[in-house]
Amino acid sequence: MLDAGRHAKINLLAYSQVEEVSGEVGAFQLKVRKKARYVNEDLCTGCGACVEKCPSTVKDEFDVGLGERKAIYKYFPQGIPSTHCIDAENCRQLGQGKKCGICAKVCQADAIDYEQQDQLVDLEVGAIVLATGYDVFDPSVIPEYGYGRIDNVVTALEFERLLSASGPTHGHLDRPSELALRVEIAALEKELQKATRQIDKLEEKHGKKTAEFVKEFKAGKAGEDGDFERWAGLAEKAAVAEEKLAPLKKRDAAAHTAKKLAFIQCVGSRDFRFNRFCSSYCCMHSVKEAMIAHEHDNETTSSIFCMDLRAVGRGFEEYKLRGGESANIEYVRGRVAEITEDESLNPIAWYESTTTRQVEHETFDMVVLATACVPSAGTPKLAELMGLKLDENGFFKTDPLAPLDTNRAGIFVCGCAQGPMDIPESVVQASSAAARAAEVVSMAGEVAVGGS
Amino acid sequence: MAEDIRIGVFVCDCGSNIAGYLDCPSLAEYSETLPNVVFVKENLYTCSETGINEIKNAIKEEKLNRVVVASCSPRTHEPLFRESCGEAGLNPYLFEMVNIRDQCSWVHMQEREEGTNKARDLIRMGVAKAALLQPQEPIQSEVDPKALVIGGGISGMTSAMALANRGYQVFLVEKSSEMGGLLRNLHKLAPANVDAQELLAKQVEAVSNHENISLLTSTTINEIQGYIGHYEVTVSTNGVAQDFGVGVIIIATGAKVFRPEGLFNYDGKRVITQFDLEAFFRNKKFKADNVVMIQCVGARNEERKYCSRICCMIAIKNAIVIKEQNPETSVHILYRDIQAYGTENEALFQHSKQLGVRYIKYDQERPPEVQENAVKVYHHLLGRELEIPQDLVVLSTPLIAGEDNEALSKLLRVTLDANKFFLEGHVKLKPLDFATDGVYLCGNAHYPATLREAISQALGAASRASIPLAKGVMTVEPIVSVLADEDACRGCGLCVALCPYSALEIVQTEKGRKVRVIPVACKGCGVCASTCYQHALDINVYTDDQVEEQIRAFLTGS
Repeated sequence: MLDAGRHAKINLLAYSQVEEVSGEVGAFQLKVRKKARYVNEDLCTGCGACVEKCPSTVKDEFDVGLGERKAIYKYFPQGIPSTHCIDAENCRQLGQGKKCGICAKVCQADAIDYEQQDQLVDLEVGAIVLATGYDVFDPSVIPEYGYGRIDNVVTALEFERLLSASGPTHGHLDRPSELALRVEIAALEKELQKATRQIDKLEEKHGKKTAEFVKEFKAGKAGEDGDFERWAGLAEKAAVAEEKLAPLKKRDAAAHTAKKLAFIQCVGSRDFRFNRFCSSYCCMHSVKEAMIAHEHDNETTSSIFCMDLRAVGRGFEEYKLRGGESANIEYVRGRVAEITEDESLNPIAWYESTTTRQVEHETFDMVVLATACVPSAGTPKLAELMGLKLDENGFFKTDPLAPLDTNRAGIFVCGCAQGPMDIPESVVQASSAAARAAEVVSMAGEVAVGGS
Repeated sequence: MAEDIRIGVFVCDCGSNIAGYLDCPSLAEYSETLPNVVFVKENLYTCSETGINEIKNAIKEEKLNRVVVASCSPRTHEPLFRESCGEAGLNPYLFEMVNIRDQCSWVHMQEREEGTNKARDLIRMGVAKAALLQPQEPIQSEVDPKALVIGGGISGMTSAMALANRGYQVFLVEKSSEMGGLLRNLHKLAPANVDAQELLAKQVEAVSNHENISLLTSTTINEIQGYIGHYEVTVSTNGVAQDFGVGVIIIATGAKVFRPEGLFNYDGKRVITQFDLEAFFRNKKFKADNVVMIQCVGARNEERKYCSRICCMIAIKNAIVIKEQNPETSVHILYRDIQAYGTENEALFQHSKQLGVRYIKYDQERPPEVQENAVKVYHHLLGRELEIPQDLVVLSTPLIAGEDNEALSKLLRVTLDANKFFLEGHVKLKPLDFATDGVYLCGNAHYPATLREAISQALGAASRASIPLAKGVMTVEPIVSVLADEDACRGCGLCVALCPYSALEIVQTEKGRKVRVIPVACKGCGVCASTCYQHALDINVYTDDQVEEQIRAFLTGS
């Protein structure tokens, strides 16, 4: 990424969208909307002082909503270009009409520009490579898996963030149910703290302990004072909060990280209701995630529920076997029919094991859904814009014998934009798409053959 | 010291990233006390335009001849600072970077005093090293704008075409008398649903008629000498030797089919391989009413652990061919996992089921048994053994590495994996390159691949190979190994054996056997310098003297 960012011959237009395409191979004209980021890229040094002071906090998309970010942010720390962006909708100054301007005040590089507008950039190019990637299938449309309803059923991407040392839990497998619990505890504690502070003031003012006051107040012997109704109310509020907190804290104290994991394959893939195709890479990422969880805590055990375990690359089968031998991974052949939840918020997987031919169920600490790779949301629009055909699954259509070519000469597609594939294959395709692009450009006589 | 050393030190606050956790003003003050330091400046951001201008001005006005920046990571910012020094007329390699952010302020956020002390140590060491830096010039080497593609299968031909179409001369070498590799023996190709021989004929014609491709069939490679940009190749065609030079080499040598001698009563007649079946189809010899295919024969076992990736799809494709010829023919596929990954493969798999192909999963512990007229297999779901009638058994066997791989890997000094397939430079980031620059790989030589994947890899390898060809001149950063003390070198060759980039060779000189560094191939990793018993080799910007001086500066304390 850094190499691309630094390359003298790469003009990086991040946070930009193609709006118009005309012309033909060798001479395409494009209009690209460079969206306003409200930060001057040339001045911003990426120091992050603005982020520290920004008062507006929202859910972090990069952490799949498991963590938080500010309204001025960087999608992820290593992002290129190394600059920030204001999410106008959540910014007090831009989106909420409030007086704020804190980021502009703290920015020592004077890079904040609330007046910045979208820019339309005209490009003339000989060939186009599409590398628009994919989206993750939303498993909430499969009601029997309970995603969104059962806290401890997560997607593989959410699990990746939990496993990540730079993620919201610093790599510890805290369960989402406990993360939610801690949020609840923190909110109650804040409320309690606020009430206590006011109560303390009242105690001091009236020279009386609250317990004593409440007793008198209830007995109607407290007398008359403008403060008393409020004091009694606060005392009540504090008592309720304390009462609520006790069991929550008890639950939190008893909580442990997720040690018994289930991975469910083909969630939204090889499923005629959603996508008929195989998403190609999920078998291996489940094995990998189970391996990493085991490396992090070697008491972790994992069950991977699959139809076929597709370990087809160099070293993949060996890796899979190693997972079984040394990382407590059990491969279960069977498709999970339903996930339910017990009182301790543990998910229970119900399935028919095709090896024992029995309907079985097992309780886990956390269930990870290996969600399908689906065409990215913008694909149909981009296809229409460029006059490109999609295949029956909604990915850009290519020919097995011309694997990078779309139906339009000079436009090539690589990576998951043409169908699910793993990283090595995507990287291979990126090079091949570059070869095709170079070939048409040099054949069209736009570039001197042989380069410099 | 002949030269008057004048060092400028720039201490970066990085906003609050450094200044928030370390006492930057005191670091600047401290730097002034260090030997040879004549100028010190604390910057809010040394990398900003203001900071860069301050460096440039100081080089001119203060006549600095060494610059030290104490800031972030060289990974992101060293190129910028070096470039700036160059723009101000100072050799870019008289620059030294000290990382007081990622390796200091960020790790010692809670320990201001100790962190600041550590930064002092780091700066003192950087300054000590800087005094000994020597100017370096970029290493340039011409690239012979020609390519050698080894292997005349679909991968090799595709790579050759891609390079030839861009105007580069290509030598395409095939050891057998005909082009085409494994494709020559195949019938139909899926999912394209084209005739393999038609496709092949078209491609062979294109390659044969291309003015930029020299087609060398019945040709073996005798010798390859040289490095990226300059390879001397000696080949022999039917015993006649010829030499030519190329700048890059693509390995597309393919693989071969495993013959299951002694397994499942293999006889090549009633019990055959998928490969044999393709020949039956082509020669119109296929005749059977009950076909049973067995997957993973000779693969995914103790002897050959790997999954050959494509055999499931070959079986599915051939089962479809049979069903399309005669829907009444029964086809059973006995498998362990069906590897129909992706969109097209899974669609074919489902299509085959609609055509009536039956799939039965078997357990490795209870493999099927081929009998006279039936195959016995334990059926998981039914929980009992089945006897499936057969008059033809087809064994799906893996692709195995070509027998020439070892010789070729030695010739080019590139690595093989445990199964003797060629091993790429990095599994994810460099799937088509080797650690050694100038050599690339694609197709079955790398690992079993479908036709789509092989074509894609072949184009990709051509793309990678075209980079040095297009540049014409290789420019390499002069952070390389040098033979600092030729007399000390005994020509033992230990460094040559250890160099991961084939950047060293032993040559005969007037003084005897000596090592020679090929700077354009060297990555400056330092393995050679650190293993040389005689201290003959050095990395030019991390010389023993410089590193010792750094250590001395550290031990001296502040």
